[in-house]
Order: sequence, then structure tokens, then C-alpha cells
Amino acid sequence: MGFEVDAGGFYGEYGGAYIPEMLYPNIRELEENYMKIVQSDSFQSKFRLLLRDYAGRPTPLFRAERLSAHFGTQIFLKREDLNHTGAHKINNTIGQILMAGQLNKKRIIAETGAGQHGVATATVCALTGMECIIYMGALDMERQAPNVKKMLMLGAEVRPVHSGNKTLKDATNEAIRDWINHPVDTHYIIGSVVGPHPYPDMVTRFQSVISEEIRIQLMEKTGRDYPDYLVACVGGGSNAAGAYYHYLENEGVKLISAEAAGLGVDSGFTAATSLLGRPGIIHGSRTLLMQDADGQIEEPYSISAGLDYPGVGPLHAWLAESGRATVFAITDDEALQAAMLCTRKEGIIPALETAHALAALEKISPGAEDVVVVNLSGRGDKDMETYIEKLEI
Amino acid sequence: MINRIDQLFREKDREILSIYITAGYPELHDTGKVLKALQESGADMVEIGIPFSDPLADGPVIQRSSQLALQNGMTLDLLFNQLKEIRESVSIPLVMMGYLNPILQMGMERFLTRCRDTGIDGVIIPDLPPAEYETRYLDLFLSYGIYNSLLITPHTDDKRIARIAALSEGFLYLVAAASTTGARNSVGDQQRNYFQRLKEMNLPVPGLIGFGISNRPTFLTACEYASGAIIGSAFIEALGERNALTLEERVKSFMGEIRGNALT
Repeated sequence: MGFEVDAGGFYGEYGGAYIPEMLYPNIRELEENYMKIVQSDSFQSKFRLLLRDYAGRPTPLFRAERLSAHFGTQIFLKREDLNHTGAHKINNTIGQILMAGQLNKKRIIAETGAGQHGVATATVCALTGMECIIYMGALDMERQAPNVKKMLMLGAEVRPVHSGNKTLKDATNEAIRDWINHPVDTHYIIGSVVGPHPYPDMVTRFQSVISEEIRIQLMEKTGRDYPDYLVACVGGGSNAAGAYYHYLENEGVKLISAEAAGLGVDSGFTAATSLLGRPGIIHGSRTLLMQDADGQIEEPYSISAGLDYPGVGPLHAWLAESGRATVFAITDDEALQAAMLCTRKEGIIPALETAHALAALEKISPGAEDVVVVNLSGRGDKDMETYIEKLEI
Repeated sequence: MINRIDQLFREKDREILSIYITAGYPELHDTGKVLKALQESGADMVEIGIPFSDPLADGPVIQRSSQLALQNGMTLDLLFNQLKEIRESVSIPLVMMGYLNPILQMGMERFLTRCRDTGIDGVIIPDLPPAEYETRYLDLFLSYGIYNSLLITPHTDDKRIARIAALSEGFLYLVAAASTTGARNSVGDQQRNYFQRLKEMNLPVPGLIGFGISNRPTFLTACEYASGAIIGSAFIEALGERNALTLEERVKSFMGEIRGNALT
């Protein structure tokens, strides 16, 4: 079974570019150029240099002894939390800012939910001197005030979005509308493996440095370049796509995706897209989507702002449907407990998103000799307020 | 039976005025009333907007009207039920305009069946790509006799314009500027050049200009270059105004201004 994107931008039945004609030239320009640019030596040397000297890669693969003992298996943590700006998001924004430069764009727009992608985008814009406009739901701006201040300090303009429910979905709509109104000089840095083709593939490629490094690091540490289990959280799914990429065709690696169940899959307050979604179209992509009977997109809920998206990247819809990945829905409480466990056993405070991946360790039963890699996608600094409140610290 | 859109363009080749409405706005059961008032006050065609939670190509005015319509309880199923008897009183061409997802959830074939049974003449689905329409749905549309009008913009190249025009039936939707709906652009030189270029291409279907047409001057300018124009946001705004006028009076007053026979 193939998991690479096809010529039309599809993974199985999912993906494509369902965009109004006003966006066609923008998408076409990107589609025609991105592979050429990404594969060129000059791009690769700049990209690799910035990943190393600016983002701080390679990120370590850490053998988590006490978590391993707790679960009776061999657990390794891929430390994406040690990247500059605190998560894997920077891998993508570095790739895309270089792409924008190659395409002679002068203006960058991006959407953000919790503010992590917004900060990662504002960061690379400061680095390259590019004009930067971040769309953020008015409600999210209230909830994530410190990240708004970071973006402002980095020189970005943060535009509050008042349409719809004033969260990530609406911020994405507004960024797309901006792009419609600025078809020539603007590049849109989407933050996940979502949106119209070629975004899901392009972002996956930028994030695939994660699985590239895991292969080398596992070989050094275990004498084999692949794990038995590979665990990651999925909102849009960019950290998971990057961690899975080099293992997609290796059926010896069990892919475990953790989605946010919120208050419970059947509670009505959830973001368990693969389990509850039906095929539909969001932000230019056909994917599994939380929607009502009339095809109106539903507002998801999760304690973690980064998993709070009603769709999922088309690659993940295909991985779930084809059975290549196993999807577990993790509740808010399970994620909080897992965050505490990781903190107390390993001295690492994970992001709330990542905590969902850690909680999935409770759902699988690896053997004592099995190798389990968890993609530790981000650090928990941004979530301290939630931890303090919910864990009564 | 000849499609009413063809009939319209056969009888009239200039100053065709098509009005966009959001179904279920301002009140849930206003759709039929607005349609009748539009016909009485001289609209040549109406595009009935199917409200959607995430209208990507729309500016604030249509976004807000869509959101209100959804809050009012509008659904695609209810819309078809409301329109069941519309053909007893409205004879101008009616076009359904909406985003792909609600239509796909109903099922394209069922959607087209209900369009046909209701007396809908055509559809506009901005986020259905021309290539996908051609390979997946064209034959179905042809068999139901429902017209599909596709969009082109000032940034669409000539080759693609020709291809999209060939796929369009009834009329081609000429987006006036690189913008979402409701942007108040005057018609500038760049747009005149684009419209002139289109005129010289002798496209196989007539064109209607939309996006940014908001008043009599912009309407008349659009009519210099195409068979007519489409007004959406400006009409929605006029409908939603808080004043003492009845819904029908608001429609009549707006149409009078555009047609240049406003009663003072």
C-alpha cells in the first residue's frame, strides 16, 4: 500500500485541492515549484544549516529508563521539545520561509491556535526580515496572551479573528481569505499537514527530519534503525507525519496516533476526528471531518489548543482508514495524568499535546524487548497555567 | 424544456442583473418572500446562497449573513422544502450557490435531483475544482439538465479561461478582482484590461461580473464589458438594515437604485 501523495495530491481518497478559483494561481505556483526547490542542493544546504545552528538539531533520542521500567518495555523519547521555540513547529517554518524567499514573496501570513505556530512563524520572519501577519481567533488571543506578546515582540502583527467561533478553524479561514486578497506577493505558512495540496506533502517533508534522525539514533542505540512502536499525537498531525515519514512503508513499525477525546469521545466535547469524523472538505482538503448531518463543520474541544482542530491531515485520514495507524482517543484527564507521570519519572514537563501521546502508552502492550519511540513534540512551559489549575500544583 | 438561464440570455443580452441572497436570512422563512420581491422589482436572476459554517471565499457581510442563517436553523434540506412551491410564483432563473461540503453530505446526485424537482436551473460551487467537476460530475449535471457556472479571475490565464468557459453552462462567473466577496473596489484600469481581454476572447458562454459590484455606477461599468453583473454583499447589507421599511420595500428600494429608477 502506498502512503506517498499521488500526482493529484491525494492519499487514497483524501487530500486534493478544493479551493476557489481565486486561490488557484497561488496553489499552482507552489505546486509547480515546491519539489524542485526542496530537492535543490542550495535549498537543502540552507535548510540543514538552519536546522542545526538555529533550531538546534539533531534533537536527542533519549532512553527513558524510569518510564521504561514503569511500562515494562524500552521507551525512547524523541526530544522535539528541545528545539528553538519549544516544539517541532520550527522545522516547518524554517522550510517554508526559505521556500517563500525562493518564490520572491515579500509578505508572510499564518494562522495560529495556541500560538505555537504563530511564534515559530514570527521567529523565522524576524530571522529573515520578512513582514509577518498572524491570524488568531479572538478567543484564543485571550486564552494564550503570553504567546501573543511573544509574536508582537518578534515584530509580527497579530490580527484578531472575530468570525465563526473565534478559534483556530476561523483563523485559518481568515488567513486563506487574506491570501485570496494578496495573490502575488504573499506566502501562506500553514502550520500543519492540512490545507490544499501541496501543503500536506510539503509540511510532511519539512517535518520528516524527525524520522530521518530517529533512524540514525536508533541504529546507534539499539543496533536496529526502526522501533516496534512509534507513538505521536495528532491534531492536524504535523509532528506525527514527520515522525512516521521514513517508516510509512515499514509494516514492522506499529504507528500509534493519539487524538484528543476531550471530555470523552461521546461527550460532545471532543476532537477525536478520526473516530467521529466523516469524509468532508475543510480548508481545501478532503479528509475526515467533524461535521453535522447538514455538512456544517463542528467546533471541536480539547484541553490542548494544539489538538483542537475539527479535521485531520489527509495523510492521517488515510493511515487511519487503511489501518496502517492505530488511533487512540485520549481524554483530558488521561493526558494530564500522563504529563504528570512523564514529569515525575523523567524530569520532563511535556506540552499538553504531547501528553496525549504519552497517555497512549497505557493503551498498548509492548513486550519487554520491544522498542517504543514517543515523539515528544513540545515542552510544557506554555501549559503551566492549565497544569497548575488542573493538577492542583 | 429550455433552461431558464438560456431563455434569459436569449431574450436579453445586456444589463442583466443577478442578485445573491443568503437562504434563511434575515429570518429563516424569508427566502421565498425575498425571491418574489426580487422578481417583482426587476431582478433577472437570483443566486440562492446555501449557508456554510466556513465560507472561505466570502467577506464579512456574507460570512455574517451565513452565520445568522445557520443560527436561524437553515439547512440544505430545509431550503429545498421551502422552495417546493416556488415555481408557482417565481419564473426567473434560480441558481443555487454554495460550498461543496454541505452538497457532498447530501450527495451530489440527490442534490441534483432535488434541484431538478424544485425547478432550480443552475449551480455555482466555488470550491469544486474544474478538473474534478469534469471527471466526476459533468455527466451527472448534463443528465439532470442542471447548469454549472464556473469562476474565472483576473489571474486566470487565457488557456485556463478557455477550458473553464468550455465547461461552464449558462454563463461564466467573472470574478472582478483578486478578493473575497464584498470588497468595495471601484473598477480600475487593470480590471478594464481584463474585461476587455475577455471580450476579445469570444467565449462560448455569456459572462456575468461579480465581486465588488455594489451600486449603480459599478453595475453600469460592469455592463460595458459583460452581459450583466451579480450583486451580493451590497444587497445583503441593504436587507439587514435596521429601518422602518418592510422586507419587500427594502428589496424594491435597493433594486430601484441599481436600475436607476429609484422613487424619490
